[in-house]
Amino acid sequence: MKTRILAMALLIVAGLILAACATPTAAPTTAPQPAAPTTAPQPAAPTAAPQATTGDPYKIGFVTSVTGPASSLGIPERDTALMIQDQVNKAGGIKGPDGAMHKIEIIVEDDASDASKATLAAKKLVEQDNVAVLIGSSGSPASLAMVETATKNSTPMISMASASQIVNPIAERHWIFKTPQANQPVTAVQLDWLKANGITKVASIGVNNAFGKDSRDAMNEQFKAAGIEILADEVFQPGDKDFTAQLTKIKALNPQAVIVHATPGEGAPLTVQYHTLGLTAPLLHNHGIGNKDFINLAKDAAEGVMFPIGKLLVANSLPDSDPQKAVLLKYIADYGAFTNGKAPSSFGGHGWDAVEIALAGLQAEGPDRTKLRDYFENQVKNFVGISGIFNWSPTDHVGIGKESLVLVRIKDGGWEYVAPDQYAAK
Amino acid sequence: MTPDQLLQLLIAGLTIGSIYALIALGFVVIHNVSGVINLAQGEFAMLGALIAITLTGETALFNRAWTVNFNLPLFVAVMLATLAVMGVGALVYLLVIRLSHTNSVIVQIIITIGIAITLRGFALIVWGTDPYRLPEFTPGPPIPIGAAVLTRQDLWIIGSAFALMALLYLFFQRTMLGTSLRACAVNRMAARLMGINVSHMMLLAFVLSAGIGALAGIVIAPKTFMGYDTGTYLGLKGFVAAIVLGGMSDERGAIIGGLSLGILEIFAAGLLSSGYKDAIAFLVLFVVLLIQTTGILRRRRGIREAAGV
Repeated sequence: MKTRILAMALLIVAGLILAACATPTAAPTTAPQPAAPTTAPQPAAPTAAPQATTGDPYKIGFVTSVTGPASSLGIPERDTALMIQDQVNKAGGIKGPDGAMHKIEIIVEDDASDASKATLAAKKLVEQDNVAVLIGSSGSPASLAMVETATKNSTPMISMASASQIVNPIAERHWIFKTPQANQPVTAVQLDWLKANGITKVASIGVNNAFGKDSRDAMNEQFKAAGIEILADEVFQPGDKDFTAQLTKIKALNPQAVIVHATPGEGAPLTVQYHTLGLTAPLLHNHGIGNKDFINLAKDAAEGVMFPIGKLLVANSLPDSDPQKAVLLKYIADYGAFTNGKAPSSFGGHGWDAVEIALAGLQAEGPDRTKLRDYFENQVKNFVGISGIFNWSPTDHVGIGKESLVLVRIKDGGWEYVAPDQYAAK
Repeated sequence: MTPDQLLQLLIAGLTIGSIYALIALGFVVIHNVSGVINLAQGEFAMLGALIAITLTGETALFNRAWTVNFNLPLFVAVMLATLAVMGVGALVYLLVIRLSHTNSVIVQIIITIGIAITLRGFALIVWGTDPYRLPEFTPGPPIPIGAAVLTRQDLWIIGSAFALMALLYLFFQRTMLGTSLRACAVNRMAARLMGINVSHMMLLAFVLSAGIGALAGIVIAPKTFMGYDTGTYLGLKGFVAAIVLGGMSDERGAIIGGLSLGILEIFAAGLLSSGYKDAIAFLVLFVVLLIQTTGILRRRRGIREAAGV
């Protein structure tokens, strides 16, 4: 009797955990169709040559987190990829090195923000679909999980996640590149602001996963070198919604500023609770909260929050001399038309950079995995993207630094560009 | 740690603990009457909150294909959302549990996992993956207690949880219907012989649990926000709270279990390391399941279980 009850209870727990892990595998919604057919010429596509023959489509594997905690990253990435596929194929495809026109086929797989599902998706794309290049995933843990599959199968991979371990140590990451800024330059911009304001004591709170750890490592290294004392280095679990315990600790330490390493799912309730608990020190997030979800959720509490991010969010306020401005404004217009008026986020931008660089490679080298990798490492020079101007090299598989970032302050429910000479101004 | 900080942690623990207690109560009410452990309990909370959020303001549904703007007053929205989820609870019983009553309890429990996945998938299609926020019931500055603060929503959460528990106590102890429900829990066969319609009582238990779950989800939504997958996390914690002290069959055990789990979690995060927060709940569950499968507070086995029904 007793053992039967025990067995039953354990079975239930096992079931419960299964139920918790099970996420519907089908993508929840189909991508919205463009409101009006975009006829704008595609920069990567050659002007359609009518005499060209048609070759087999070029296949790109695209792993992204359409569901789960990282979905606010994955959805804009997926929509951007589908938008580019739509644009390129409407223009007839891209002209490969063989002289024929090739349609592109972006095979999107949802990893549900889960590292093991990302591995399975990568395996399927590389082994069954035989893709030329692998793009993904949205989050750092999932990207790191895909690295082994890409390396083992000698397939070039472009990640859209931030952790620096994805492309480091470079000797072991022969096949791996990534488009978002690493966390180091993000921390460097935060540090510039702290220095400009004479701040020497800060507290930190971050999510306990690869993204948060990488960001916190960068902070610990750079802040300590600059003589800034980190009074507390608190963590929370992905999916946590109550941060009272950690914030109470931080409040008691009375820091001059608080650094947060999070994405909107946890970052927004954290920011709300920060204010209700009566903390008033300036709040510096990192680039993890760079989309409208954060402002929509945190509402008033978001006011005054600062974070370093790519230039996309404040493209309109950039000086005209900025070399990225034209590309940024075109992406904003195209994305809005494709998604029925959604505003683009920097995450979609990371997807744009990855897909466009992959297309440039396919156009130059065709679907040969080894040649593509060599192209990425040696030929991606001064590539004007959304996240920055890329210069990949044998020693740098990220290729963008601090200069690709701006500091943004949330004001009146929108983003305000803070020029470096304004850091100390209140 | 100063006393003020400890007080702040206690407030946070009580707040989240009241929610766990309500969810745990929902588990116990259904389990007592039907023997089924309804693993979709957390999904009731998620549905309640998302429906209430949809009714209060402008919400884009089905991936922005359809925007609704009901703009109902908060109180009306909360009532309607609770009633709607009670309806879902009734449907779950009538369409799924009653039709599968010839199967063993374990099969029915597994069916509730299917219900949970279905409800979550439904929410994913309707509301998408974004979390949503319900406006605070009474916006305003938090109430200071020494150097600690109690937000108005915390007060609403704790207050409504305790009010609901008191109402349920009166219902179970003082009304004919509540007594009939308890009779079914003690011995279904005897209850039937006394002229109690057991099937109606099970329906009532599902409706009641769905309502409790929905209210729990609604009051917590202004604080923690609600997305299609938040219910799973609430359901897991409620499950642990219900089984640890009360062995899934004792209402008092569920309430005390919920409150102590909330407090334990927050103190573990505040005093030890924030990394231990979730580990605590599962460590407690693991130990209790290994040592005492019928719950710590449980003195004797129910007649129904002893008879092996």
